[in-house]
Amino acid sequence: MNFAVIMKRELHGYFATPIAYVFIAIFLVLSGVFTFYLGNFYERQQADLIPFFSFHPWLYLFLIPAISMRLWSEERKSGTLELLMTLPLSRLDIVVGKFLAAWVFAGIALALTFPIWITVNYLGDPDNGIIVASYLGSWMMAGGFLAIGSCMSAITKSQVIAFVLCGFVSLLFVMAGFPLVLDLVKGWLPLTLIDMVASLSFLTHFNAVSRGVFSLLDFLYFTSVIVVWLGATSIVLDLKKGG
Amino acid sequence: MIEVSHLTKYYGDVAALEDLTFKLVPGEILGFLGPNGAGKSTAMKMLTGFLRPSSGEVRIWGSNMWQDSLVAQRHIGYLPEGAPAYEEMTPLGFLQFIADARGLTGVERANRLEQTITVMSLQEVLGQRIETLSKGFKRRVGLAQAILHDPDVLILDEPTDGLDPNQKHQVRKMIKGLSADKIVIVSTHNLEEVTAVCNRAMVLAKGRVVSDGTPESLMAMSPYHGAVTLKSSSASLAEIAEVVGSITGVKEAVPIAGGITIFPENIDNTLFTKVLEVSLAKGWKVDSLYVESGRLDEVFRSLTEGESQ
Ligand SMILES: Nc1ncnc2c1ncn2[C@@H]1O[C@H](COP(=O)(O)OP(=O)(O)O)[C@@H](O)[C@H]1O
Ligand SMILES: [Mg+2]
Repeated sequence: MNFAVIMKRELHGYFATPIAYVFIAIFLVLSGVFTFYLGNFYERQQADLIPFFSFHPWLYLFLIPAISMRLWSEERKSGTLELLMTLPLSRLDIVVGKFLAAWVFAGIALALTFPIWITVNYLGDPDNGIIVASYLGSWMMAGGFLAIGSCMSAITKSQVIAFVLCGFVSLLFVMAGFPLVLDLVKGWLPLTLIDMVASLSFLTHFNAVSRGVFSLLDFLYFTSVIVVWLGATSIVLDLKKGG
Repeated sequence: MIEVSHLTKYYGDVAALEDLTFKLVPGEILGFLGPNGAGKSTAMKMLTGFLRPSSGEVRIWGSNMWQDSLVAQRHIGYLPEGAPAYEEMTPLGFLQFIADARGLTGVERANRLEQTITVMSLQEVLGQRIETLSKGFKRRVGLAQAILHDPDVLILDEPTDGLDPNQKHQVRKMIKGLSADKIVIVSTHNLEEVTAVCNRAMVLAKGRVVSDGTPESLMAMSPYHGAVTLKSSSASLAEIAEVVGSITGVKEAVPIAGGITIFPENIDNTLFTKVLEVSLAKGWKVDSLYVESGRLDEVFRSLTEGESQ
């Protein structure tokens, strides 16, 4: 249960600084802008939240790195990493605790978009099961982005570099399912490989989710993305111990 | 008990620390003395398990720092260089976090927190963010964090660096006030610190141990050790120099400002008496007369000469 100690401290850290409030405010404003202006929420005349959720991968692409860049870089720079890593805590506890705090924080930001859910229920008669599944899927995807960001932040003590790296790697994961990319490789990659590339994409899995078909496979996909990248984080931290 | 054997750290091709070997038992207060870049922090980072050695091993009460790090780390309290802390937290919140991370619970947790806060006199700043604290208080928060779980081994990297003389005095008093059954390792590039708190001193230069012994033995390496200095404002220094220079067993009498320093051939604890008797016989007006215990800064310089960057 030692990860809970880390998680508690981290979560407290988010809310002890303006970071949390700035992040949540920007997240809410942008998801509103995307949904109502770009997503034609009203014009579509449909009682669902597809326009809202379909922008999440893009929103996360640059908002999640803003959370994750701090995870390790800041501690390495300020020296607190030395304190943390010499406490009798396993590395797994530290990695998982930090990740969970960031994930819960992202979950809080996501949950605070609830007015849009109320709005759509007020305006029409949406399938709330689908909406719950979409929220869950969006949160799982946020976890995937955060796990990538955790690893990128472990690499460097510069938060700026961590931000850029996380954005870049996340973009690769999103874009893998983009028709543009798939068309590009279609000519010269065997079909099975193309399917593999596409199946690695956040977009492929999330599009299904935002339409309400949240299958066990998508759940497993995001879970394994999280596990793999947290494992990578732990390996990077271990390599860094060698100096 | 700490056993360190052949601890070595390379950064690329450059050796930051080479072949550090020692053993400490409770009650020993070891000072790592050395110029900047000597490898003091590198050694401490490996002793605490933050950095993996290129070779060699560290055992804390038999537990290997790398194979059994959680057990080994439980014995240790560590103040990293610069006393890093989570700046947005309050000292109370920070210490509570450390207590939880150290697995303290219930009455023991409450007692240790209270005791540590008292020992470090942190009561008045408990609810203030660490980032707003003065340097002295920040350092005390760092020390509090290190002693919170009443560790067997305390490793302090430059605990008094950047503090004013009063604060330095306080920190030294705290280190000396620890119970005698602890092992303490402090690093410093401040010489007086070693004589003030340590009972063993290890001088590092360019990653190598160049001297290991008691602070007294370090002092004894000074050419001044055992010399006698005589100060006089009235008598003729030239005459004094000539007369004391001819005392048997005196190697040399060197004039200094307002006096003269007399170096013996060999360490000779009768030198003082001899000089005193001559002064009285000659009727010199002597302002002061004392035996030099040794000058650490000279020893330090000669040991690490040309080694610092
Ligand atoms: N991460 C690092 N990478 C490369 N060289 C390093 C690193 N950390 C320390 N060094 C080098 O190792 C040597 C010892 O440093 P350090 O242990 O910090 O010395 P001290 O604490 O005695 O001042 C120095 O020459 C320093 O430049
Ligand atoms: Mg140092």
